[in-house]
Amino acid sequence: MADEPNVPASGTPAPKPAAKPAPPSVPPGLAGKTTSAAAAPRRPAAKKKVEDDTSPLLSRRGWIGLAWGSFTAASAAGLAATGRFMFPNVLNEPPQQFRIGFPDEYAPGVDERWKDRFGVWIVRTPSDMVQEAAGFYALLVTCTHLGCTPNWLSAEDKFKCPCHGSGFRPTGINFEGPAPRPLERARIVLAEDGQILVDKAQKFQFELGQWADPESFLRV
Amino acid sequence: MDAIKEFFNFFADPRVFFLLTTGAFVFAVWRRDLFVKPSVGYGLQIFLVLFFGLGLLDENFRLIIGKPDNVPIVGLIFLLLFFTWYSMRQAVLNDQRIANAEPVAEKVEEDRVWVWPDLVYIELICLVLCSVVLIVWSIVLKAPLEQPANAAATPNPSKAPWYFLGLQEMLVYFDPWLAGVVLPSLIIVGLMAIPYIDTNPKGNGYYTFKERKAEITIFLFGFVVLWSSLIVLGTFLRGPNWNFFGPFEYWDIHKLEALTNVNLSEYIWLRGLGVGMPSHWLFRELPGILLVSFYVFGLPVVFARTVFKRYYEKLGPARFYVTAFLFLSMLSLPVKMLARWLFNLKYVVAIGELFFNI
Ligand code: FES
Repeated sequence: MADEPNVPASGTPAPKPAAKPAPPSVPPGLAGKTTSAAAAPRRPAAKKKVEDDTSPLLSRRGWIGLAWGSFTAASAAGLAATGRFMFPNVLNEPPQQFRIGFPDEYAPGVDERWKDRFGVWIVRTPSDMVQEAAGFYALLVTCTHLGCTPNWLSAEDKFKCPCHGSGFRPTGINFEGPAPRPLERARIVLAEDGQILVDKAQKFQFELGQWADPESFLRV
Repeated sequence: MDAIKEFFNFFADPRVFFLLTTGAFVFAVWRRDLFVKPSVGYGLQIFLVLFFGLGLLDENFRLIIGKPDNVPIVGLIFLLLFFTWYSMRQAVLNDQRIANAEPVAEKVEEDRVWVWPDLVYIELICLVLCSVVLIVWSIVLKAPLEQPANAAATPNPSKAPWYFLGLQEMLVYFDPWLAGVVLPSLIIVGLMAIPYIDTNPKGNGYYTFKERKAEITIFLFGFVVLWSSLIVLGTFLRGPNWNFFGPFEYWDIHKLEALTNVNLSEYIWLRGLGVGMPSHWLFRELPGILLVSFYVFGLPVVFARTVFKRYYEKLGPARFYVTAFLFLSMLSLPVKMLARWLFNLKYVVAIGELFFNI
């Protein structure tokens, strides 16, 4: 090999040394692999791989491209379907603001008629604990512990949560079980037509002193 | 008959139930030579069979035991008892051999068999039997499906899947972030880590109790008494409105149970000193904060100086304090439960202003 650089200079044909460094014939798809295959041409495993590559259908690179391509496409389709799932055709969300009839349609005490539809209890009280007046307030039906829906037990005069046993007085104040704070009240006002208007978008929390807000309680 | 039912209903009271389980556990570990006798093991299983068998005659008992959700938990009771008993028995027998300077049973291997055909045949038989049981089970017991979900109506009682009932029970006593995240993680990490923090090389590859006393006792306590017995309690003894009901008791939605709980600060400032609540939360909750800090930081030091002195010297400070911390977190659950049941204690530290309660 020492005289190899002299070969082109001398101009004489030298078939023997020229044949030696020539790489084994490799399809163009495997250009990157050539060096390692050529570096160890005696390893049968490497050689076999090279032979397998002569598929009549697609080159190795072609196959891998096809596999990754279809995998990516399938993943993208799955992701798109998941994303589409976030925007259902029908959204059954009850309105946040609603009219619930006239004040004289309500007897004193806890009224459950809007629990299923709007998620509020309407309570009519002769004297509110904070406002010290007669009137209405709207309690949200979400337990302040972990968000179950409590039941109104009229015989015991309390709301009782079936999940971990929290109990609330008709005022919404928590008095037993793990709930850390009272039920929340929703905004309640009189609409222009004289009906009661409840707005769940605005909430009033007792522990923040918000039950003193005039909109948290409807005086009649 | 009614007297017997009353008797068992009484034991189902959570205070009695918990003290009884703990007592039985302490006894089983302390007098393990008695506990592992075959007569005791069989006796307990026969007692359970009789209890559940005869109990089925009662309508209320049948309702709660026969609920498709709850059937596996009955099986769990039998299996848990059997495996605890069996491994304890192996350990006690080995301890005796070690005491007599004999090699442990696993080293003698006189009943050694071949994988093929012995083990593989046993596995095949097990596979067939299990498939049969599962198929019959799935045909006989209907899947406990309920009506379509309705945000305005939570089922009463509303129970988590059985493996989460221990967590749901914890939620009654602690704030959600503590009961749902911090404590379960610490308990599980503790159960896994405590046996390995100890550098004792013994007890590897064979059953023994004497050589790994503390680790085995702590693990069994955490797993059997806390985790599993809370699952049993949540499955069978919690009823409508999350009240406690005895196994033979009618699930009365209107059962009244006084659950009025009081914070520690109220106990101290109002009932103890009678001076009224301090206005700033830091001052108000100071006793509770001190108590919790003592529990977390002071108690391990006290332990290291007194009861667990030898253990401390064996492990060294770092290992000892990590073990103690993990163990105390695990123990905080029964401590708080007892405080709730005995003193109606709601929170030790109750800072509603910062949404931080312990
Ligand atoms: S969600 Fe109501 S008590 Fe836990």
